[in-house]
Amino acid sequence: MAKLTSSRYAQVLLLLAVVAVLPLLFPSSFYLRVAALVWISALAAIGLNILVGYAGQVSLGQAGFLGIGAYAVAVGPAHLGLHPLVAMVAGAALAGVIAYIVGKPILRLRGYYLAIATLGFGLLVALVLTSEGAWTGGPDGMSVARPVLFGWRISGAETWYWISGLFMVAGAFLALNLLDSPGGRSLRALHDSEVAAMSLGVDVATKKLAAFVLAAVYAAVAGSLLALMNGFITPDAAGFLHSIEIITMVVIGGMGSVLGCVVGAAFLVMLPQTLTFLHDYEHAVLGLLIMVFMVLLPRGSVPSIAARLRRAAA
Amino acid sequence: MAELLQFVFSGLTVGAIYAIVALGFTLVYNASDIVNFAQGEFVMIGGLATVFLVAAGIPLPLAALIAIVSAVIVGLLLHRLAIEPAHGATPVTLIIITIGASIFIRGVAQIVFDKQFHKLQPFTGETPIAVLGATILPQSLWVLGGTLVIVAAVFWFLERTVAGKALRATAANRLAARLVGIDTTMVLMLAFGVSAAIGAIAGVLVTPITFTRYDVGTILALKGFAAAMLGGMGSPIGSVVGGLLLGLLESLGAGYISSTYKDAVAFIAILLVFFVMPQGLFGGRHIERV
Repeated sequence: MAKLTSSRYAQVLLLLAVVAVLPLLFPSSFYLRVAALVWISALAAIGLNILVGYAGQVSLGQAGFLGIGAYAVAVGPAHLGLHPLVAMVAGAALAGVIAYIVGKPILRLRGYYLAIATLGFGLLVALVLTSEGAWTGGPDGMSVARPVLFGWRISGAETWYWISGLFMVAGAFLALNLLDSPGGRSLRALHDSEVAAMSLGVDVATKKLAAFVLAAVYAAVAGSLLALMNGFITPDAAGFLHSIEIITMVVIGGMGSVLGCVVGAAFLVMLPQTLTFLHDYEHAVLGLLIMVFMVLLPRGSVPSIAARLRRAAA
Repeated sequence: MAELLQFVFSGLTVGAIYAIVALGFTLVYNASDIVNFAQGEFVMIGGLATVFLVAAGIPLPLAALIAIVSAVIVGLLLHRLAIEPAHGATPVTLIIITIGASIFIRGVAQIVFDKQFHKLQPFTGETPIAVLGATILPQSLWVLGGTLVIVAAVFWFLERTVAGKALRATAANRLAARLVGIDTTMVLMLAFGVSAAIGAIAGVLVTPITFTRYDVGTILALKGFAAAMLGGMGSPIGSVVGGLLLGLLESLGAGYISSTYKDAVAFIAILLVFFVMPQGLFGGRHIERV
């Protein structure tokens, strides 16, 4: 197990196997929908992990980028006549460009500045989506047209399960490869010590910026998938609470661990579904579980458990 | 002119509350590098508990006192049960713990209280006072006066008491503070207690104007964090100025530019400040030892 979590190909294969086998265990299509939501959230978390886990920067506005991707596939086809797939690519590109413009001046600063800048940015996106009702349907949200590809209308829980699963595995594969590339190594170096990385010739600001842009693109793609699957989107998708949810997934799963992101996403997506029987107590229990989790496993679930297994093996 | 004055009055009233939340952020941050996102919940507890106690027939001053003490107990429990056991975790992990705490406190509040908006009777009537063509509510004067007293008390505490000096020493250098015998765990507990107390007092003062509900803490924590950053994270005077400035920016932005985008105006202004003054308005220059 410890070996399994260390090789990147093993991790990707493990994810592929989980995606392939899970549907066999599901009694109804409701579970497929929940699992698809997990994959989509995991994709956003994996992207954010590049920024938080690898580069050590905090973003509290990731849902803003997710909102851009989501509304790109909603507004693009409805108002501009774009094909949903073109709109999805355009949304990802837009998120990347905005991340570049916002990130370039901010990432030179240290400490919580990126946190506050991304927080403000996320707030702005949610505000625009809520206020520009003529384009976005305002606070009530808008419906998203079902995409049609070569005459095939993409819909249904099972179809979306496979699409989201493949996107998630592909995203994980890219992130794991990045981690083992020279670029990824310099990111991890600046996570450990920015000064040491700088003195070894790592262009710290540029590397951070690249991580920020990449995280934004991941979030935008996840947002597009979410909107297309649900066929409906509201500004809540871009809201502060959703941003918090995404970063909590990364931290609960274990910062720097791609598998951890998937575990964290599964935890945060499924927990509210399983807690609905608690009715009014739902939020209290959710908050309590997050606290207990972080206090007991401060490094996140997957790294903590992997370390324990390694100790047991040694 | 009268219009401008009106915007300034409302901006300062809201800004005073941001300032107190930001001051709470700063106290905890100085003692520990933790950004406590449950800060806004103390304001909520102060306001909402007072509303329910008053409704139960308890006179306002006593109700307010009980509410403030409850908030302090919640703050101390938060430190004892969630922050202290996670000792040594990374700052991001600690932030997530405080976010979990804020979700938990909100969840409990919606059970203990309810999900409705509540209002408190203004302390001294509702007749607006005319000032140079503009008007100001008597309750706004309570908020501004109360903020002044709180800020003065916190500064007196930091400058004149042994406990306050210990907090400042911990902020300057935690290791050195421990070496001279300061119990930094105690200091952090104190910071949580004081920030809970001042947050709750702010909640009592402002509830007659803004109404309150179990979930008002989130947006206050957000604005308070922004204000603390604007003033320069770690600077008590900076957080007060940052809070007032943020309130003014919002109010003027709403009045003269767009009421829909008042938050946008405020945040863009904050970002512009960072480009010119990367450490915020009062932040010391950060020099890192290698």
